[in-house]
Amino acid sequence: MMRRAVLATSATVAGVSLLLALKPHHNGIAAASGQGASGGGGAVTVAPPVAPGSAGSGGSGGSTGSSGSSAPPKQGAKSGASGTYTGSVIDTRYGPVQVAVTVARGKLTGVKVLQTPSENGRDRRLAAMAVPQLTQEALAAGNARIDTVSGATYTSEGYINSLQSALDKARA
Amino acid sequence: MRERGGPGAATGAAREVRVVHVMGTVFSFDVRTPMTPAIDRALDAAEEHLRHVDAVFSTYRPDSQISRLAAGTLTLDACPPEVGEVLALCAEIAEESGGRFTWTPDGRLDPSGMVKGWAAEAASDLLFEAGAADHCVNAGGDVQARGSAGPGRPWRIGLAHPHRRGDLMAVVTGHDIAVATSGTSERGDHIVDPRTGRPATGLTSLTLVGRHLTHVDALATAGFAMGGEARAWVAGLPGIEAFAVTSDGHAWQTPGLPLWTAG
Repeated sequence: MMRRAVLATSATVAGVSLLLALKPHHNGIAAASGQGASGGGGAVTVAPPVAPGSAGSGGSGGSTGSSGSSAPPKQGAKSGASGTYTGSVIDTRYGPVQVAVTVARGKLTGVKVLQTPSENGRDRRLAAMAVPQLTQEALAAGNARIDTVSGATYTSEGYINSLQSALDKARA
Repeated sequence: MRERGGPGAATGAAREVRVVHVMGTVFSFDVRTPMTPAIDRALDAAEEHLRHVDAVFSTYRPDSQISRLAAGTLTLDACPPEVGEVLALCAEIAEESGGRFTWTPDGRLDPSGMVKGWAAEAASDLLFEAGAADHCVNAGGDVQARGSAGPGRPWRIGLAHPHRRGDLMAVVTGHDIAVATSGTSERGDHIVDPRTGRPATGLTSLTLVGRHLTHVDALATAGFAMGGEARAWVAGLPGIEAFAVTSDGHAWQTPGLPLWTAG
């Protein structure tokens, strides 16, 4: 997973707040390896969306993703480089996203969104996700007092240690 | 087992819980309407009904009507009327699912995929008619809820995580709502795709949400047997929402799934 993020720019894409994290210099630029960057060898990666509402501002947002895993910067990634860098197409949970950034003398001067999830793509992908997990701690923290549980049919023995059994026994 | 109190008591709501071991699983009745003698009698009747249904439909009992019907030693006319009712429902769901729901696996007569949800909804109806406007029946993981869980509060039904026992994936909510889950996590590969004769693959868990458990439960069994094809099929089912976990560890849901979220 590419998560080389430094400069966070929040953008609204198709109604979904998506965190685009870009870094024009230092070690934030991913190895382009043949990606068609017109003005230089670098490609900017787009971080997968972070939890909504967590978008940082300015240069410090999303910095957790920048440490350790970045490939060495290509030529032109040092400060003073200019050009337009086209990022790879990133598969986000909302659909494919691709951006290009313009850099002048090492400074980010523009971000252009080349590809955003189409309506159809968004609908299709909005429904797909990693399997969510609500632990008992998370449920308690969210005050999610459930009344009952649906799951694969348990046997009479399987019921004994089930969450449903605990709910049936629960007293205030 | 009868219990008063419980979480509902904290908000001033009544709560009567009864647990019945029957049909190889456990039915939990949770009544939130303040108890009356009529509701108490309805709980007795519901329990009795489940035991009656088990005696009639159990394929494990050679003396059950369904076993004797299958063996040709009993005619349909000589069976209790609910046998014909269940078989007609089976035929209906079989058609709706393009043959993925079956009551004749391997040529045997076995409407088990229909019986539990149908019996649970019938038990729920008994309670409702006795005045228990607010109650929930959980039939071994398949749920029929009616009314409210507490004053102004809809029922909240957790969806069990198929790989992490005791954890949930999501919480769905509603007032008159049926939630049925088909999956392999509790009893292994027990759902066979009738078109291949092999255990269904592609899904680890399929939860369907609708209004009536009879329908929702049977559709969930059929959808699970479809595996990867279930997603497109479910999308075309009116009044049905879905949440699924695929065999490769992903999840998908329909846009209208009534999820409860904190806050």
